[in-house]
Amino acid sequence: MSSAATYAPRPGSAPWPRKVLAHTRMEFKLLVRNGEQLLLALVIPLGLLLLLGGTGLGERLPLGSGRPIDEAVPRVLALAILSSSFTSLAIATGFERRYGVIKRLGASPLSRTGLLAGKIGAVLIVEVIQLVVLIGTGFALGWKPIGGFGAVFGVVLTVLCGTAAFASLGLLMAGVLRAEATLAAANLLYLLLLVGGAIMTPVDEYPAGMQGVVRLLPSAALANGIANSTVEGVIPWAAALSLALWAGVLGYLVSRTFRWD
Amino acid sequence: MLPFVPVAVEIDNLVVRYGEKTAVDGLALTVAAGTVTAVLGPNGAGKTTTVETCEGFRRPDSGSVRVLGLDPLADHDELMPRIGVMLQEGGAWSGVRAVEMLRYVATLHAHPLDVPALVERLDLGSCGRTPYRRLSGGQKQRLSFALAIVGRPELAFLDEPTTGLDPHGRREIWQLIRDLRDDGVTVVLTTHAMDEAEQLSDQVHVVSAGKVIASGTPDSLTEHHTKSLEDVFLELTAPKRETR
Repeated sequence: MSSAATYAPRPGSAPWPRKVLAHTRMEFKLLVRNGEQLLLALVIPLGLLLLLGGTGLGERLPLGSGRPIDEAVPRVLALAILSSSFTSLAIATGFERRYGVIKRLGASPLSRTGLLAGKIGAVLIVEVIQLVVLIGTGFALGWKPIGGFGAVFGVVLTVLCGTAAFASLGLLMAGVLRAEATLAAANLLYLLLLVGGAIMTPVDEYPAGMQGVVRLLPSAALANGIANSTVEGVIPWAAALSLALWAGVLGYLVSRTFRWD
Repeated sequence: MLPFVPVAVEIDNLVVRYGEKTAVDGLALTVAAGTVTAVLGPNGAGKTTTVETCEGFRRPDSGSVRVLGLDPLADHDELMPRIGVMLQEGGAWSGVRAVEMLRYVATLHAHPLDVPALVERLDLGSCGRTPYRRLSGGQKQRLSFALAIVGRPELAFLDEPTTGLDPHGRREIWQLIRDLRDDGVTVVLTTHAMDEAEQLSDQVHVVSAGKVIASGTPDSLTEHHTKSLEDVFLELTAPKRETR
């Protein structure tokens, strides 16, 4: 049945880029098959944008001082980035650990950097889709961003730094908690940050005593960074720096707590 | 004297603890390259922990482990492409399709086996598009075996490779393990099935309570087949009865 050398050893790792690409494709395909993940990534932010920008609701909520649609789009973008870089990633990684997928990959040539890069790649693809859908919907609802190229740069910078910070938080959570606890905590934190983390409401709208703390949260930096870019047309260096610092600290903790099983 | 046969695995005085419990307690064994070696023992004897230490999942509390001359933890990225690992359970996303998973793992390797031929050999064709969570126990086991060998490893660790298989599936896996060995792959398998160890292995290490309590060829352990390996095993692992 098998010729003499069918299974003759010929070990070797595929080149790093091919491994990363394979992993990104796999995670993306699995995500698209998962209805709950799509709900979190697209349906919730899209619904929120339509409510805030397409009905009178945005007028009555403390979104900021500008036109509701101009304030709503950057904040909904921030929420979308939070959902894919943090909530989805944490839950997916938690269950990968539970099902032994992380272990299986630990015994493969993928490597830690390959796993991480592959996961980030899948998150970035989802984020691009989110940005295209939400920005397109925003324009359809009459969104008028300010600032041209600078604003685009500011949004991209904030999204990248925010993704690094929140992906680190998600991986940390999935590394130290059980899968069910990760599921609960990631959803809870998503809701808490949505209301209490200055995602939908600018920091200035919070009670004076809370502002100092809220301002330091990565969620506030993410939402303010995107809003400052498109509402005021400034490049949000402070927000990017805050997110980069969060990413540095959380990323270090991930590297200290990472395990293959 | 230096051995002429290259050593694939060298475990020396290995101790691994989980909190208070000592899972592996001073275990030592070597695996010669190109052989099939069975690590045989009752449940809880420390077989899986030993194998997982070789795969870089456990850090020895003391003692040393060298696999293909490498340290499984420090040299993780260098070692992994060279070994194949069959986990005792799990190891795939619940929504991934069987052949999709196999193709993905094949892509991580430089010179993988031909996937369709492997699918055919392990009879995964009929469930190729079935999501992992809906595979039967036997299908999961055969997929897991395929994942362990698709990268054309020098050394394959198979943790209870035939658990949950029907007699036909079991015989097919046995033949595949023999073919691997004949093509030059070193195989380390854990089992608590006596006939499996007896049928397949060049060398058997009987493990109990975290130690190797007997080693040898099936022939020598059974004293030239005057006893069954099962009798030998029962004698070796029986709780010591107190004489009254």
